Amino acid sequence: MTRLAVPKTYKLFIGGAFPRSESGRTYEVLAANGDFLANAAKASRKDARDAVVAARKAVSGWSGATAYNRGQVLYRVAELLEGRRAQFVDEVQASEGLSGRDAEAQVDEAVDTWVWYAGWADKFVQVAGNANPVSGPFFNLSVPEPTGVVAVVAPQGALSLLGLVAVVAPALVTGNTVVAIADEQHPLSAISLTEVLATSDLPAGVVNVLTGSAAEIAPWLASHADVNALDLAGAAELDWVDLQIAAADTLKRVLPPDGRDVATRSLERIKAFTEMKTVWHTKSTL
Amino acid sequence: MTFLDYAPAPESRSILSLRSSYGLFIDGEFVDGHGDGFHTVSPANEEVLAEISTADGHDVDLAVQAARRAHDKVWSRMSGADRGKYLFRIARLVQERARELAVAESLDNGKPIKESRDVDVPLVAAWFFYYAGWADKLDYAGLGTAPRSLGVAAQVIPWNFPLLMLAWKIAPALAAGNTVVLKPAETTSLTALLFAEIVQQAGLPSGVVNIVTGAGETGRMLVNHPDIDKVAFTGSTAVGREIARSVAGTSKRVTLELGGKAANIVFDDAPIDQAIEGIVNGIFFNQGHVCCAGSRLLVQENVHEEVVDRLKSRLSTLRMGDPLDKNTDIGAINSAEQLQRIRELSDIGEAEGADRWTADCVIPDNGFWFAPTIFDNVSTSSRIAREEIFGPVLSVLTFRTPAEAIAKANNTPYGLSAGIWTDKGSRMLAVADKLRAGVIWANTFNRFDPASPFGGYKESGYGREGGRHGLTAYLAPQSAAAIVAPADTAGKTTRTKKGSAK
Repeated sequence: MTRLAVPKTYKLFIGGAFPRSESGRTYEVLAANGDFLANAAKASRKDARDAVVAARKAVSGWSGATAYNRGQVLYRVAELLEGRRAQFVDEVQASEGLSGRDAEAQVDEAVDTWVWYAGWADKFVQVAGNANPVSGPFFNLSVPEPTGVVAVVAPQGALSLLGLVAVVAPALVTGNTVVAIADEQHPLSAISLTEVLATSDLPAGVVNVLTGSAAEIAPWLASHADVNALDLAGAAELDWVDLQIAAADTLKRVLPPDGRDVATRSLERIKAFTEMKTVWHTKSTL
Repeated sequence: MTFLDYAPAPESRSILSLRSSYGLFIDGEFVDGHGDGFHTVSPANEEVLAEISTADGHDVDLAVQAARRAHDKVWSRMSGADRGKYLFRIARLVQERARELAVAESLDNGKPIKESRDVDVPLVAAWFFYYAGWADKLDYAGLGTAPRSLGVAAQVIPWNFPLLMLAWKIAPALAAGNTVVLKPAETTSLTALLFAEIVQQAGLPSGVVNIVTGAGETGRMLVNHPDIDKVAFTGSTAVGREIARSVAGTSKRVTLELGGKAANIVFDDAPIDQAIEGIVNGIFFNQGHVCCAGSRLLVQENVHEEVVDRLKSRLSTLRMGDPLDKNTDIGAINSAEQLQRIRELSDIGEAEGADRWTADCVIPDNGFWFAPTIFDNVSTSSRIAREEIFGPVLSVLTFRTPAEAIAKANNTPYGLSAGIWTDKGSRMLAVADKLRAGVIWANTFNRFDPASPFGGYKESGYGREGGRHGLTAYLAPQSAAAIVAPADTAGKTTRTKKGSAK
């Protein structure tokens, strides 16, 4: 007698909670072979706006945490990912139709990418900032700070776990908070990733994940006045120029779709969502 | 004659010999523009100084072509050491011709000669000197070995610091191996054209620096030219938005240095004498035509009255008048149009209930003038607390706690600069951490240095000018050119399964 499995309900991840879409909509997620896998929540404009509110609320705590603390929290994400490796391999394999070896390679790379970025948390400021030898009695220091709320269109169509990790982790390292639109076709590993995030000491709202139609949700995030930056990594097949134009109204920092493999670990990805702050401290005359 | 009266001490104009008309500077030569020319006037007395050409689309195209040739064939291939030597030459030539440039700047812009002579022009020389030394050290800029130049830069600059903004744009671009087409502001083209003469004296290869004059339309054609690789703009947030829209979907790199509404925060333990001077310098330097001006004074409630009283008595000693007079503190407003905007917003401030106080100054009969003005008891929602006035107008608000000061300071879509005045170092550091602004001055204000990055958060734009960070705005890593380019192949390799499950 075979045991009847208990399937998971996949929902959104907003402000540390797992709500259904307020719209009540879902869409079918199918395996590569056409089998039914799950009904994923189909996020609406309202969900996107709720996610931005949650992300904004989380900025001061996350960016105000010590770099060592952020590094440890992010490293713990990698630990928990590793612990659920088998589950992610199954999900990626079923959804993307990969061989077992390819699915394992993707999950391993996702874990290692988290570890790589986690280690940058307390080093990036040293590498990107510096003291400036100005002419006058001033101690002058340039230090990178997080841009704020970053909206991300995760890579679409493949690399459903690694692609999301590769765009979310570099934004988090410096203290940004993120609203990510998951791979529309393969959203399940993204939602499982949020279960890892929810149990890894990452404060609520630091990462918010929406599943559904990227074409439908992205324009609301691109034009949202409380979003500071837009990563269009997975928007190559969308009308991404229109998204960039919408983002121009509030002068968002925009990273256009990247010709290179998005999963390449990159200091530039961290830098893209930081602002350089320069402080002039007056020295007294003795 | 009271102790506040000064005998006139005008700087001589004889050091400057202006031509009656100036053409465009393209491919190393002055040429006539094909658009309708215009007059540039002295805002202090409306005297016509010279006739300036307008570049039309054809002229802009010629300038971009010249810059492209110079980049591909000469400048980007030249050794960094030689590029550096040319920039050192320019720095020295600016120093040699410093007084002439200062007189021209004050005539054309209306700023006091003591500012153009002691701030603008020395900083111009310093900017070229600083970036000259970078030209053969690009490997140390932080982008890995052998970073590459971007190509041809379109640079559009404002009228508030005409020659200084030119230096901010041209020096790092050239050091990094780019060539430029620069458009000065319509009302202040003169010193850019004098700079073109310096470029000739320096023997710079033809086409490395091109200068096209004209109004907004010329700038628009330049920015939108398809053969431009980099756009650097300083000016209003409205135009910045337009540029950000127009470059969407292209591979053009952009830096925008836009408007501001800086908070200048004065705590009750601030060194009061220095703070008063700093507040005055923060908003009345250059007639308040400063994007990073400390236009919102946030003063702790228990010292509010004292600070405002002392400000008023200090402002009463400022001398407004002839920009070429060495005693002048406050010069002329740059244009009739800008004067109109300042008047309009000031009237709105009054209508919205703030208390207006204006220094008792004699306003000259001709030219464009606005006496230093303070609005007290300004509410956070008032337009004079939210919009950039870009004139000698200070809005005063109060706060009780550091948290309130920070919340009010950050309550703006802008994020260019901020000031903090306190004797307590630990509080200053904590407040500086919380302010969302790109440049923060602690117990000082409006300091600029070529080694120090400058630029904003939020709607004050993106990218930095100055320092190592300003250099990297004109460079791309050798290996990762694609990070900024919208690649048409994006996603192709990872997209093979798309649709297979539908």
